[in-house]
Amino acid sequence: MIPIFGYGVLILTFVVALYGIGAAVYGALYAQKDAAAWVESSRRAMLLTFPLITIAVLAVIYLLTTGHYEVQYVYSVTSSTMPAYLKATALWGGQAGSLLFWSWLMSAFAAAVTLRKWQRDLEFLPWVIVVSLVTLAFFLGLIIFVKGQVSFERFWQLADGSNTASVFQPAGSTLLVPPDGNGLNPLLRHPGMIIHPPMLYLGFVSFVIPFAFAIASLITGRTDDRWIRVTRRWTLVAWLFLSLGLVLGMWWAYDVLGWGGYWGWDPVEIAALMPWLTGTAFLHSVMIQEKRGLFKRWNMVLIVLTYALVIFGTFLTRSGVLSSVHAFSQSAIGPLFFAFIGITFAVSLGLLLYRWNDLRSEGQMTSLLSRESLFLVNNLLFIGVLVVCFWGVIFPLISELFTGQKVTVGPLFYLRATGPLFAGLLFLMGVAPLSAWTHSTYKTLGRAAWKPALVSLLALAAIFLLGVRSWIALLGFWLVALAVCLTLYEYGREVYSRHKSTDEGLPLAFWRLTGRNRRRYGGFIIHLSMAIMALGIIGIQVFQTSTQGTLLPGDTLELSGYTITFKDLAVFDAADGHNVGRAVLQITRGGQALGELYPRRDYYYDSQQPVTIPGVRSTFEDDLYVVLVDWQASGVTFKVFHNPLVLWLWTGALLFTLGMLVAAWPDRETETERRPAVGRVMVKA
Amino acid sequence: MRPGLFHRLRDPRSEVSIEPLLAMTAAALLLALVLCLAGVSVVLAQQPTPSDNDVNAVAHELYCPVCENISLDVCDTTACAQWRELIRQKLAQGWSKQQIEDYFAQQYGDRVLAEPPRRGLNWLAYLIPPLAFLGGVWVVYRVLKNMRRPPAPAAPAPPEAPADPYLKQVEEELKKRE
Repeated sequence: MIPIFGYGVLILTFVVALYGIGAAVYGALYAQKDAAAWVESSRRAMLLTFPLITIAVLAVIYLLTTGHYEVQYVYSVTSSTMPAYLKATALWGGQAGSLLFWSWLMSAFAAAVTLRKWQRDLEFLPWVIVVSLVTLAFFLGLIIFVKGQVSFERFWQLADGSNTASVFQPAGSTLLVPPDGNGLNPLLRHPGMIIHPPMLYLGFVSFVIPFAFAIASLITGRTDDRWIRVTRRWTLVAWLFLSLGLVLGMWWAYDVLGWGGYWGWDPVEIAALMPWLTGTAFLHSVMIQEKRGLFKRWNMVLIVLTYALVIFGTFLTRSGVLSSVHAFSQSAIGPLFFAFIGITFAVSLGLLLYRWNDLRSEGQMTSLLSRESLFLVNNLLFIGVLVVCFWGVIFPLISELFTGQKVTVGPLFYLRATGPLFAGLLFLMGVAPLSAWTHSTYKTLGRAAWKPALVSLLALAAIFLLGVRSWIALLGFWLVALAVCLTLYEYGREVYSRHKSTDEGLPLAFWRLTGRNRRRYGGFIIHLSMAIMALGIIGIQVFQTSTQGTLLPGDTLELSGYTITFKDLAVFDAADGHNVGRAVLQITRGGQALGELYPRRDYYYDSQQPVTIPGVRSTFEDDLYVVLVDWQASGVTFKVFHNPLVLWLWTGALLFTLGMLVAAWPDRETETERRPAVGRVMVKA
Repeated sequence: MRPGLFHRLRDPRSEVSIEPLLAMTAAALLLALVLCLAGVSVVLAQQPTPSDNDVNAVAHELYCPVCENISLDVCDTTACAQWRELIRQKLAQGWSKQQIEDYFAQQYGDRVLAEPPRRGLNWLAYLIPPLAFLGGVWVVYRVLKNMRRPPAPAAPAPPEAPADPYLKQVEEELKKRE
C-alpha cells in the first residue's frame, strides 16, 4: 500500500510542477487581466511541491526502516542488521533514493524562494518558478518514468514462477518478500557518508536558484545587477554547502577507503569539484559587476556553466555510467541526463546571445593591477583548472568512442596540469585583497605588501633551514606563508586603524569591523582557511611515504622514524553480524611509546563486501596511518603511510566554515528592501 | 702454396710455443666465463624476493584492469592480488618497471596505464588543456590591452553629495559595506 501511495504522491507532485510551469508561462506572457493571479497560482504550486515530496520521502523512510524488502530499493540498500539511523539515511545510499532526495532538497529551496519578499522583483517571479520547476520536474520524471538499475518497484512472483519488479501487481502474481535485504554498501556506513551527500546535494540544488534568477533576468531583459544582489546570499550558501560536501567527502575517503589519501582524482570526485570551480569563480566575478558594472556576460556564462555542471555532477556521482561508452548507451538515465543538460545549456546560451547587447559593460578596465584585473586572472585560473578536470573526465570516453581503446587518466595528469594553476590562485589569494578597485600600481601594491612579503620570505628561509629541499614544497610553503601574512597584515591594519579612530579596544574593534563588512572579512577568514588547507595538501602531496610488510607478533615495521610493532590480531563476529579483524599495534618513536593503533578490516556478510578502517594517529606534525591489508598463516600484512600535515586540512575546513558563517549570516535589516536602492544610486553615481 | 699463418702455426719449430698458449687462453676464457656466470648466479641467489614495497612501487603506476580508477597497489580484489604476485615474479626475473608496464599494457590494454600513452589521438589529452588555457590567456590579454588609462589620477570621482536624506543614509550604508 505504502509504495503505491508514495508513487501516487510523486506523480501528483509531477503534475503540480507541470501545472506550475504552464501557469507561470501563461501568466507572464499571455494572460491579459488576471496575469498576476496566474503567477500567484504558479507560486503556490511551487510551494506545494515541498510538502508533497516530503510525504513521498517520509513514505520511503518508513519503508526503509520497517524492512519492506519487497521494494527493490529497500532490498538493495538495507538489511535487518543495520541500525535504524543507517536504514533511514540509506535514503541517499542508492540511485533512486538519491534522485528523490535531490528533488526534495530542490523543492525545499524552491519553496523557500517563493516565501521571500517579491514586491520589487515581480517580473522575475514567473521565470524563477519556471526554471526551478523544470529542474524539479525533470528529476521527478526520472524517478517516476525511467526504470533505473534500482527503483521503488516491488518484487512479484508471476504465475509461471518467474520473478519481476513493477509498481503495480501484474495479473495473477503474488508479492515476493525476500527474508532480508542486501544491505548498504559497507563503505557508506560511515558518519562522513551520512552527512557528505546531503551537504553536496544542498550545494548542488542551491546553485539552481542563482541560475533561475539569471535566466529570469535574461528573459525579462532586466539585465542590471539586480539578479546578482538578490542571489548573493543564495550563492554564498550554495558555495558553503558544496565546499563542506567536498571536504566531508575527502574525510570519508581518508577514513574509509584505506589508500592513505583523501583525493584520488576519480571522476566522481571531479564531478563534485567542477561546479565548485565555476561557483568560486562566479562568487568573485560578480563582485566586479556589482562594483564596476563589468563582465556581465561572463557572469551569465559562469552561472550557466555552474548549473550545467551541477546537473552533470548529480548524474555522474550517482550513475557511474561514465565508466564506459557502452554502459552509458545502455543506461536509460544517461542519454536523458545529457539531453537535459544539452537543452538547458543551449537555451541559456541562446538567451544570453539574445540579450548580448544589453549586457554591455558599463565601464572599462583601467589598471593592470586593479582588483578587477586580478579577479579576471583569478577567473582564468579557475576556468583553467575546470578545463583540465572536464577534459580528464571526458577524454577516456572520447578515446573509447574513436579508437575502441579505453584509457585511464590518473592523478599525475591532473596534478601536473592543475598544480601551477593552484599555485597561481594561492598567490592571487594573498595579493588581490590588497589591491584597490579601479586603480592600483606596482607602487601602491608594493607599499601595502612589502612588509608581510618580507615576513613570508623569512618564513621561507626558516623552512629551508629546517631541512626542506623539495622546490615544490618550498614554493608551496612560501605561497601559503605569503597568503597568510598578507591577509593577517591587512586585517590587522584595518582593525588597528579602527581602534585608533574610534577608541574601541582592539577586540571590540575587530568584532565591529568584521560586522561592518562581513563579506570582506568573511572572505579574509576563508582565504586564511584555504591557505591552511593548502598546507595539508602540500604535506601529503610532497612528503607522503609508505611501506608495507607482513608481520608475526613481535615483528616491527619502520617508517619515517616511527616503529610499528605488531602485538596481536583478533578475528571475531560483531553483534550486528559482520566479521571484524582487528589488529593491535604499538607505536614508538625514538624509544618513546606513543600508544596503540587498531586498524580493522570488517567483512559484511549481507553485502559480501569488506571495508578497511585504518588506525590513524593524527597530530599537527603528521599522521601515521596504518591499514590492515590481509592476514594469513605466514603473518599479518600492514600498509603504513606517513602523511605529514594532513590535520591542517581538516582544521582549515573548520575555519572555513566559520568564515562562511561570517560572510553569509543574514543582515539585521532585510537585504531585499535596502539593497536595490543602493544598487541604483551606485549606477547613477 | 704460399706459406700462410696456419703453416707457420704448424711449423714444428713453433709448435711447442704456440699450442700451450692457445690452450691457456681458451682455458682462461672459459674460466672467466664460468666465473662470470657463477658470479651472476651468486648475485641472483643473493637477491631476495622483491619486497612488498618494490611491488607496490610498480603497482602504484598501474591500474586495475577490471575495477574503475583504482590503482593496482590498493585494489582489494583477488584478481589484483594475483596481478601483484605477477609483478613480484617479473621483478624477481629481473624485469624493469618499464618492461612490466609494457607487458601489462600489451596484455590488458592501455587502460592499465596511469596515463594515456603519448601517441596518436591520445595527444589530444595533453594538448587540449594547455591550448584552451592559452586561448584564455589571449582573451584576458585582449581585455587588459583594451583597457583605458584612468582619465585623471584621482580616478574614482567622489560621488556627488546626495541632497535627499534617504539617499544620504543609503550612501553611508554603502560606504560601510565597501
